[in-house]
Amino acid sequence: MEKASAGMWRKIDSRYNLVGSMCERCGTKYFPQRAICRNCGKDTKMLHRKMSGRGTVYSHSEIRVPAEAFKESAPYTVGIIELEEGPKVEGHIIDNGKKVEIGTKVKTAFRKMYTDGEEGLIHYHFKFIPE
Amino acid sequence: MRDVAIIGIGLTRFGERWEHSLRDLMAEAGLSALTDAGINGKDVEALYAGIMASGRFVGQEHIAALLADQLGFDNIPATRVENACASGGTALRQGYIAVASGIHDIVAVGGVEKMTDVTTSEATTALGGAGDQEWELNQGITFPGLYALMARRHMHEYGTTVEQMAAVAVKNHLNATKNKYAQFRKEITIDEVLNSKPVADPLKILDCSPLSDGAAAVILAPLDIARKYTDTPVKILASTQATDTLCLAERGSITGLKATAVAGEKAYKASGLKPGDIDVAEVHDCFTIAEILAMEDLGFFKKGAAAKAISEGETALNARLSVNTSGGLKGCGHPVGATGVKQAVEITMQLRGEAEGRQVSGAEIGMTHNVGGSGATAVVHILERTN
Ligand SMILES: [Zn+2]
Repeated sequence: MEKASAGMWRKIDSRYNLVGSMCERCGTKYFPQRAICRNCGKDTKMLHRKMSGRGTVYSHSEIRVPAEAFKESAPYTVGIIELEEGPKVEGHIIDNGKKVEIGTKVKTAFRKMYTDGEEGLIHYHFKFIPE
Repeated sequence: MRDVAIIGIGLTRFGERWEHSLRDLMAEAGLSALTDAGINGKDVEALYAGIMASGRFVGQEHIAALLADQLGFDNIPATRVENACASGGTALRQGYIAVASGIHDIVAVGGVEKMTDVTTSEATTALGGAGDQEWELNQGITFPGLYALMARRHMHEYGTTVEQMAAVAVKNHLNATKNKYAQFRKEITIDEVLNSKPVADPLKILDCSPLSDGAAAVILAPLDIARKYTDTPVKILASTQATDTLCLAERGSITGLKATAVAGEKAYKASGLKPGDIDVAEVHDCFTIAEILAMEDLGFFKKGAAAKAISEGETALNARLSVNTSGGLKGCGHPVGATGVKQAVEITMQLRGEAEGRQVSGAEIGMTHNVGGSGATAVVHILERTN
């Protein structure tokens, strides 16, 4: 995953503060941030909007065979979360002993995501925790 | 626009081909296709080659020129096409466009992938690049994980069961036993699927297509000169393609692939056909749930009705509609760049009446459906027998 390191330092606002976009022209909300509104194209007027971090589980899966960077965390649960503002986002669901089902209410928590390469650089990212 | 026909086909056996390199595999499939069309490398005017991730799998980029040389083509334009697991189908469409437009007459289309030289976790990382690197793979969501999320939601909305998903694998393995090119020529049972190793819940290892080595090739020509080369040209009635968001979470619905539905509708419109006219289809069953989605998105069954129909045998060999007679990606194997081209090879065999023990009787019209990633690309072709 070392190749992706630089990318993890971009969009820090989205990764750390759950900042998405809202098109002022048509009201459509997006996460992650993007430059061009699907409805408005070149007439887009994009604003940044921090999401509340609350939402419900839209779908979920327990990953048993992970990609290289997550070898040490497997098995772990991931899901698609429908944020209360509307956009859906994918992420880790933290195991706090509560059962995870479609419809389970979750909120964001800021956690270590994985350790990168030999130098052990730790990447942080939002995750979701069942309420 | 000119009508286009497939005049030659070639295929390698799929599977772990340890003793054969990427270029060996492409040479084997290419030579078969040239021989089948009765032409030589010097007759080919352009090459389009579908390869997803040769850089990650074998450390080689600039593949199209390498393959053109290895196949004995004569300093022709050669172009690599990459659309994840739909690279092969997209290469076929580029070849179709080149011939239909009149720019070239004889065009070779190849697809190849050499996936078994790396470890499973390296391959999982490479295939993860078919999804959204920043917002899916970097969150620890693997490629099977994306289809697991779709499967879970489909189960929730339509009552689809793990047994019904397993039935897709059982059917496709049975078909693969009749295909000498297939990776798995072994029947499996529903119980074996359900008890196999979990990969991304609810998907088990036997719900997933394997890592494979393999190559496929077809030769295209204008239909009006196709009979110079073969008595059994297969006409391309439609070649369509569509896209969707790379990131699954950004789609309105995840119980179907909109790109498949859009490409499918365009293909029916271009050919003047409807789902009921298709006799045989090769659809993109990278995971068992994916075949269920494809059957619904392509209009063969109503939304939510395909899983039951498949498990009741409606898409078995020579049933109402024969689906994945090659064994599909699940049974025949899935060397990602090769798959979309292999689908066209299988349908051509079916329409020529050359599919041996898995022949669909009286097959006149066939379809191929190739998906990239979790559905950000879909490519559909409709092929017709002409003899
Ligand atoms: Zn807008």
